[in-house]
Amino acid sequence: MKKIFPILPALSAILLIYASYQALKVAPTDALQGDVYRIIYYHVPSAWTAFLLFLINFVASITYLVWRNDKSDVLALVSAEVGVVFCTIVLVTGPIWARPVWGIWWAPGDIRLTSTLVLWLIYVSYLVLRKFSTSAQTQVMAAALAVFGALDVPLVYFSIWFFRTQHPQPVIGGGGSMDPRMLHTLLVSWLAFLLFAFLVCWSRYRLELLKRGVERAEAMESLVGAGAAATTSLPLGRSPR
Amino acid sequence: MNSLWAVTWATLVKDVRLEWRSKDALNSMLFFSLLVVVIFVFSFDPLAEESRHIVGGLVWIAFLFAAVVALNQTWARELRNQVLDAYRVSPAPATGLFIAKAVGNFIFVCVLEALMTPLFVIFYNLHVLGPAWQLVPIALLGTWALVVNGTFFAAMSLRTRNREIMLPLLLFPVSIPAVIGMVAGTTAILTGEDSAHFYLVLLLTYDVVFTTACLALFRTILHAE
Amino acid sequence: MWDSACASPSPVIETPVQSPILVSDVVKQFGRFAALRGVSAEFDAAKFHAILGDNGAGKTTLLRALAGLAQPTQGSITIFGSAPQDASRHIGYMAHPSLLYDEMSGIENLRYFARLYEIAGDERCRNVIAAVGLDPELTRPVGQYSQGMRQRMSLARAILHDPDLLLLDEPFSNVDVHSARAMVGLLKGMRDAGKTIFVVTHQAILLEGIADEFVWMQEGRIVDRTASAAQPARPQGKLL
Repeated sequence: MKKIFPILPALSAILLIYASYQALKVAPTDALQGDVYRIIYYHVPSAWTAFLLFLINFVASITYLVWRNDKSDVLALVSAEVGVVFCTIVLVTGPIWARPVWGIWWAPGDIRLTSTLVLWLIYVSYLVLRKFSTSAQTQVMAAALAVFGALDVPLVYFSIWFFRTQHPQPVIGGGGSMDPRMLHTLLVSWLAFLLFAFLVCWSRYRLELLKRGVERAEAMESLVGAGAAATTSLPLGRSPR
Repeated sequence: MNSLWAVTWATLVKDVRLEWRSKDALNSMLFFSLLVVVIFVFSFDPLAEESRHIVGGLVWIAFLFAAVVALNQTWARELRNQVLDAYRVSPAPATGLFIAKAVGNFIFVCVLEALMTPLFVIFYNLHVLGPAWQLVPIALLGTWALVVNGTFFAAMSLRTRNREIMLPLLLFPVSIPAVIGMVAGTTAILTGEDSAHFYLVLLLTYDVVFTTACLALFRTILHAE
Repeated sequence: MWDSACASPSPVIETPVQSPILVSDVVKQFGRFAALRGVSAEFDAAKFHAILGDNGAGKTTLLRALAGLAQPTQGSITIFGSAPQDASRHIGYMAHPSLLYDEMSGIENLRYFARLYEIAGDERCRNVIAAVGLDPELTRPVGQYSQGMRQRMSLARAILHDPDLLLLDEPFSNVDVHSARAMVGLLKGMRDAGKTIFVVTHQAILLEGIADEFVWMQEGRIVDRTASAAQPARPQGKLL
């Protein structure tokens, strides 16, 4: 598995360049929106990737709560971190697109934009908790918060959906069928983003495991001059030296 | 089951007694709530018609702030002399402690709301156009929504740096659907333009879901040292 | 004033067989510091164990792990055949802070904790307060007690449910010598009644001839176990 790691950066770079070429050159211009629509090739794949990562975070958190294995926790942490980055891209590109198309930066009643914002807030608070925790069992608290966040998502969606039905909304274009070339470009972009996300997650995952290993080793060493891992200390007459 | 109620009741009585003796939270909270209302009065000076549309939001923002200050006090007295450890080493169920704290906070915040509401009515010349009785279930369900998660997250933030600022950071994002329910529901009733039924259902669902989650996970959090 | 008859009043919970307390390869890590670094030991039941060592040797953490308050990062602890948290009925724990509500009187405090252990009535609360040499009728809030009185009330809280395993963290600190000796006598009585006792202390000399063994800790490990409080002969021994 580790052998293919060096190939991945090259592969994902090629794919990202190809996807950008497709998005900016090959895909046809939208009849109504003009060239500005091309931002969806970054916006939509980022959103899908972020949602997938948050789903992974939820599953890993549940797994951690049940089995208490360190690796699930690292996976949960990593997917939340990378998910927040992609979610940020969604929240930045959304208004950039909305301004020329809808005429406003932000539609408070728009269900996708608003629920994505809430999702982003929840996962930022998740990362803040992990950062500020003084507990030796931060993982447990983070996993519990992830469960709360996941339970919140349908309620957020549901509440905004109803809220929207009572308030006038900007007319959102689309709904019709998509040009096959557009769909192709969208899928290629998503694939490129997924591969890139996977690459970042994997590096981060390995880094975090190494960091925890170092931390553990450091913890066992601190205070002790020469580390002698005395696992049995019974009935030792003398200290290991 | 019997023991759960005995423990819950004993803890609740103990908390009320301690609060009564020190009156720390009570006095400061009352004054704080009054200040929030007065500040709002100076910040927004609407016509009667406008005020119906914005007071739903103002009232709940005021309650939210008051609740956060109250919730931050919840666990403070359990930290002094590390009394919480005495609970943790006992065989008493963790849920008993949680229910007692949540119910205690609920009563406390409800009392504050009952005192603040007349002030809003007076200062903003409120006249309810919808079915006014529905404000009661909205207030009760909304308050429980804030308090149940707030009690849980306050327990979580015990083991963080900057304990007091951590609570709103954890509580607010998760509370957004409940806040939408409370504010939109209250506005619907005040203006009489829409039915508040959906918001009641939303708040009820929220309460059931998160009360269950809190009860299921509190033991884990209590022992996550 | 120390009523020795009350030292071990009728047991609330009977344990037929007391298997030993097993600590196997316990590590407790706090970020970049490990308070326990692979502690393995078997402690006999119905014995008096004194835990000694420098500050930061891991004594308190070991005690908290035995009480089920600190979950080991690695390794396991078995108390009378079950995990510490499942054995909580059998465990009495006295920490360095008092674990009492300052605003309530001694008896009010104990009444509350009695509910947590499903002990009905006031009698047991009064008995343990008398057993530690305090007056159950005292209405003063615990916050106004002297340090020595607070320590004793804290001990009363720990033995309220007549635990089979008693874990005490520095019970004699800031207590006058007379009271400390009386506390030791009370603990000795409990040991003789079949209770297992762990005491973390700096005043090993108080326990000489009373504790069954002295467990020496250093840098998160148990380095020695001796029968006397005399410092074990080690080249770099700097304990006590």
